[in-house]
Amino acid sequence: MAVDAAVGSPAGLGPRSRTRRRLLENVEAWLFLLPAAAVLAVFHFFPILYAFFVSLLRWNMIDPVRPFVGVENYVRLAGDEKFLTALGNTTYYAVVSVAVALPLALLFAALLNRRITGVSWYRTAFFIPYVTPLAAGAMAWGWLYHPDRFGLLNYLLDKTGVPPQQWLLDPRQAMPALIAVAVWGTLGRDIVIFLAGLQYIGAEYYEAAQMDGATGWQLFRHITLPLLSPTTYFLLVISMIGAFKVFALPLFLTGGGPLDRTLTIVYSIYQQGFQYFRMGYASAQAYALFAIIFLITLAQRQIAARRVHYDA
Amino acid sequence: MRSGTDRLPPRVRTLYIHLVLITAGLLILLPYYLMVITSLKPLHEVFTDPFTWFPSRLAWENYREAWTHAPFARYFANTLFIAVVETAGVLVTSALAGYAFARMRFWGRELLFTLFLGTLMVPGEVQLVPNYITITRLGWLNTYYALIVPWLGSVFGIFFMRQFFATIPQELQDAARIDGASHLTFLRRVVVPLSRPAFITVALLTFLGSWNALTWPLIVTNTPEMRPIMVGLLSFSSEWGTQPRLLMAAATFSVAPVLVLFFVLQRYFIQGIARAGMKF
Repeated sequence: MAVDAAVGSPAGLGPRSRTRRRLLENVEAWLFLLPAAAVLAVFHFFPILYAFFVSLLRWNMIDPVRPFVGVENYVRLAGDEKFLTALGNTTYYAVVSVAVALPLALLFAALLNRRITGVSWYRTAFFIPYVTPLAAGAMAWGWLYHPDRFGLLNYLLDKTGVPPQQWLLDPRQAMPALIAVAVWGTLGRDIVIFLAGLQYIGAEYYEAAQMDGATGWQLFRHITLPLLSPTTYFLLVISMIGAFKVFALPLFLTGGGPLDRTLTIVYSIYQQGFQYFRMGYASAQAYALFAIIFLITLAQRQIAARRVHYDA
Repeated sequence: MRSGTDRLPPRVRTLYIHLVLITAGLLILLPYYLMVITSLKPLHEVFTDPFTWFPSRLAWENYREAWTHAPFARYFANTLFIAVVETAGVLVTSALAGYAFARMRFWGRELLFTLFLGTLMVPGEVQLVPNYITITRLGWLNTYYALIVPWLGSVFGIFFMRQFFATIPQELQDAARIDGASHLTFLRRVVVPLSRPAFITVALLTFLGSWNALTWPLIVTNTPEMRPIMVGLLSFSSEWGTQPRLLMAAATFSVAPVLVLFFVLQRYFIQGIARAGMKF
């Protein structure tokens, strides 16, 4: 709109040349879009539809015939104990890792938001695990979790009189052990985003409340938390989505074991699609993941509509 | 934060905060410390009971050994090549498309933009199988094409650029128009120089994402010559899992380039994450 208003249509130019000019601008805009649109069309948009189509086929490595089987893969999914295990594991992982990471991140962000010396040093230390490849970090943790007394964690436990633990080899401990690595890996990102949110909150809110006699905890509860809620909401959404897509941690640390206790949805997609080459079934699992993420976003949006205050 | 601590003298409270932060910071860095000292321990000092906090001497030969047990030079060269080409490509395609969305009028603009944003929620795992099939049909399995081409368009990059370009005053565009500058000239001469932070942020996040990529390279490569570093690290860790000093040496030198990049561009990293976070 603004372009036309500024340049105007000089007197003497008829509607035909105007149409021509708009057509030219359209062509030019589409040329600008073309490189990105071409790649995205082939490798981003089309595959979303194609994946759904593949999920309706019986597609395995040996059989060249890939018959259309309707919702068979989805029906199978609902009764597949292994997939349901992966679903349960992933939900457990997502809920616990987010429930631990976000409050912890908020605590550290609140501490870093005070005017103390060395803030940038602390922030750097917290942030490093997020920028370094999680794969390498996972390898370090794998060694930390070594089941004998050579492992640092068991050595430290030994000092307090606790016998060595099996960690990643113990079916009950493996998932909590992965969650610890996950929290370690995302804490820095959460802190940085919380800090940015905290710095958006104007000092005048605190000053006004302090004049009314509000103290530390009350300020936090009645000013910080409500005014920070858009940030909290955003972090909740991206953390949950990220957690539901966990793959590198079980791949590097447990191979999905022991006893499938760390098998996650994406790990299962990887196994079905690229180890057993059941493309139809893997696609159905991927769509199930999509549905879960969609529902999470939707649910959180519903909650946000009631609980998030955007009037900071 | 509690009213209890508020009654403490400010200097004591600050001291407490520092104590908490220092402890947490050291705990966060502990895995890296373990990684580095283990990578420098001589063979017989790795499995010791009790655990030792320092190596008796710095066993640099672990690095040479790890480096020669797998083609790490090749892994690094692949990763660097892929990351650089991908980053350059994403910057160009995102800037052009972002400019079109922010600064040009065309039919279907709003619809297309909504479509773009709508797919941001689709997890990348949905595209794994179809993209693998496409790559196979193109005969691109185990080639650089497979590793780079699918990532040359970025919805996030386009969105980020568009948001930034939209803040550039319209007067500048009008002035450029009156001077007879084309859109491409305006983009190159005015928009790009004014949008350096956006370019650096998108470049950093793309580069980092490419460097750390695991799932896609894992499924489309099948020989060591084509592997990027993360996939190389995975196969190394399954082959040499019983030798922590070699594993930790390999982990250390795969982390090092990213850490150097981080320290040089730290400001942009932090701003980028905070901004990418706040803009949605």
